[in-house]
Amino acid sequence: MNTVIFRTVAPFLTALMLLFSVFVLLRGHNEPGGGFIGGLIAVSAFAILGIACGVAAVRRALVMHPMSVAASGLLLAVASVLPSLFKSQAAMTSQWLEFTLFDTPIALSTPMFFDIGVYLVVVGAITSIALSLEERESD
Amino acid sequence: MAATKTGVDIAAAMITHPTAAADWLLVAPVLLCMVGGATTLILRKNVRIQPLVGISLLALLVLTNLGLFAHVWQNGVVTMVMGQWLPPFGIAFTADALGVTLALIASIVGLLAGIYAAGSIAASERRYGFYPFLFMLLCGVSGAFLTGDIFNLYVWFEVLLISSFGLLVLGNTTLQIDGALKYALLNLIGTTLFLIATGLLYGLLGTLNMADIALKSRALGDSGPLLGISALYFLAFAMKAAAFPVNFWLPASYHTPRIVVSALFAGLLTKVGVYALLRVLVLLLPAGHNWMHGLITVVAIVTMLTGVLGALAQADVRRTIGYLVISGIGSMLAGIAVGSEVALTGAIMYAVHSILAMTALFLIFGITGKDRGTFNLRELGGMYRRAPLLSAATLILLFAAVGLPPFSGFWPKVLLVDGALAAGQGWLAGTILLASILTAITVGRIWIFAFWRGGPEGIADGTQGVETGPEAMPLQVPFTAWLPLAVLIAMIFWLGLQPEGLMQLAETGAHTLLDPTAYVQSVFGVTP
Repeated sequence: MNTVIFRTVAPFLTALMLLFSVFVLLRGHNEPGGGFIGGLIAVSAFAILGIACGVAAVRRALVMHPMSVAASGLLLAVASVLPSLFKSQAAMTSQWLEFTLFDTPIALSTPMFFDIGVYLVVVGAITSIALSLEERESD
Repeated sequence: MAATKTGVDIAAAMITHPTAAADWLLVAPVLLCMVGGATTLILRKNVRIQPLVGISLLALLVLTNLGLFAHVWQNGVVTMVMGQWLPPFGIAFTADALGVTLALIASIVGLLAGIYAAGSIAASERRYGFYPFLFMLLCGVSGAFLTGDIFNLYVWFEVLLISSFGLLVLGNTTLQIDGALKYALLNLIGTTLFLIATGLLYGLLGTLNMADIALKSRALGDSGPLLGISALYFLAFAMKAAAFPVNFWLPASYHTPRIVVSALFAGLLTKVGVYALLRVLVLLLPAGHNWMHGLITVVAIVTMLTGVLGALAQADVRRTIGYLVISGIGSMLAGIAVGSEVALTGAIMYAVHSILAMTALFLIFGITGKDRGTFNLRELGGMYRRAPLLSAATLILLFAAVGLPPFSGFWPKVLLVDGALAAGQGWLAGTILLASILTAITVGRIWIFAFWRGGPEGIADGTQGVETGPEAMPLQVPFTAWLPLAVLIAMIFWLGLQPEGLMQLAETGAHTLLDPTAYVQSVFGVTP
């Protein structure tokens, strides 16, 4: 799989897929999509990069170890559950922050942060599995 | 909230009264376990700090569970519905006396296992995730004990199952992979059956909320589909609880992992199956429970006897304890089979006793096993001379496992036998006593072989075994092993001498199971 064409295209493809995964993640609140499926798209992007340029390149690009990414996602998801405690509401009750930025209405909410947490858990866990499988192959 | 601005009446779908901060204690154990799992995972490279952080968070978990326990003790059954949605649509967390007692004991055992592991699990295996897996296991166990939604119960089963796979193969030997395969296969079948039964139940009753199911199934009475679903649930949870004849995965896998993992599994995992049986058969589907009365009795009798006979036949002490766990499951099933309040109280108390005693037994043989490098009874021996205090501790635990006073195993057995006799089931009562006698023979054999005699097989009695070298030195027991054992033994003593508190708790738990009024009221009845 180590052809010149593939190696040249792979970084662009990865960047495009990562962008698309974020789009799918944010769109998931009201339409098909969400953290899980977005995370899987991001993992496919990393897997393609790994096949083309080697696992070491992916690990460098990720900076953090994939398992730490998953763990921080879990922490973010737990944190998104907590704000309703301070409003005397049950756990996981959604809290909204709506404002206008440059004439664009923006709605931030705790479910969105929960979804980002899910996204990170999926990216971290599955990338970790994919990378170790690819590493074995190259041995 | 967004909905208020649009003028929609949210009171039709959501709880509008404020939630007390104390109710957050319901979800705190689960959230804390997730935080613990994530933190120890991030710290996995730092093998010096990681156990400290892990143990402190486990201690915090015990404190949280104590808080929840006090909350339930004062206010009866408490409920919190996620996201304010009105039950039965929102996912409810409901804690009653049964769930909260088991959650508390589970977190204590988790803390003690975490301390023991700090001294016994190699740094490389900690790096491969002992503590994260421990936290996720406790997350699944606490979630299962506290949830009030049957599909959610399935999810927590998955969480604890997946983390138990990880713990099982920690160490990467062929034997462990072999044990994990058997364990995984049968447990996955059990979980799938659980899922299928839940799907069918949802199709039949149109609800997943436990309080709602309890009401609707009682209104439905003896319907064929409901009885079939109960049978599926019984099979699924019997696999989890290691009841005969679907228990062969337990002796095939429990002797392969690290000893502290075996201790955790023997203490917690099968008891989660028993808890699910209590919850689903007694609280949710009483019609199915009555219908399967005879079947459960037979299963209980055979499980008790095959368990203890299996224990008698083993040479590996870890397998012996594994079979003793199974025999104990038989006793708890006997309580479920009788189904009266006294018998269920006995079963709940037995579950608590079994969690403490079986965990402690595995930990003790972890110490002797590490010293001698073997778990085979033929090769053990002469421990009494080298570690008299440890020998005494073992004897206490073994007596507790038999059910001798003044230890924690005595009172549950009294209640179980009393309940069985009151229900006119002399055979069941007789089997409980017979199994206790056979257990006495088994544990006597363990103690004589491993501790009392002069040395391993081949050394004549009275010749003192090895006179010089490291084999003759007093056994050094590290602090991380002593502390958990001392706490467990103190609790076993205390529950034997002062059983009233636990008995009252278990009685409240059994009462809530048989008469769901309090449970249902907690979920639905808060509307002013």
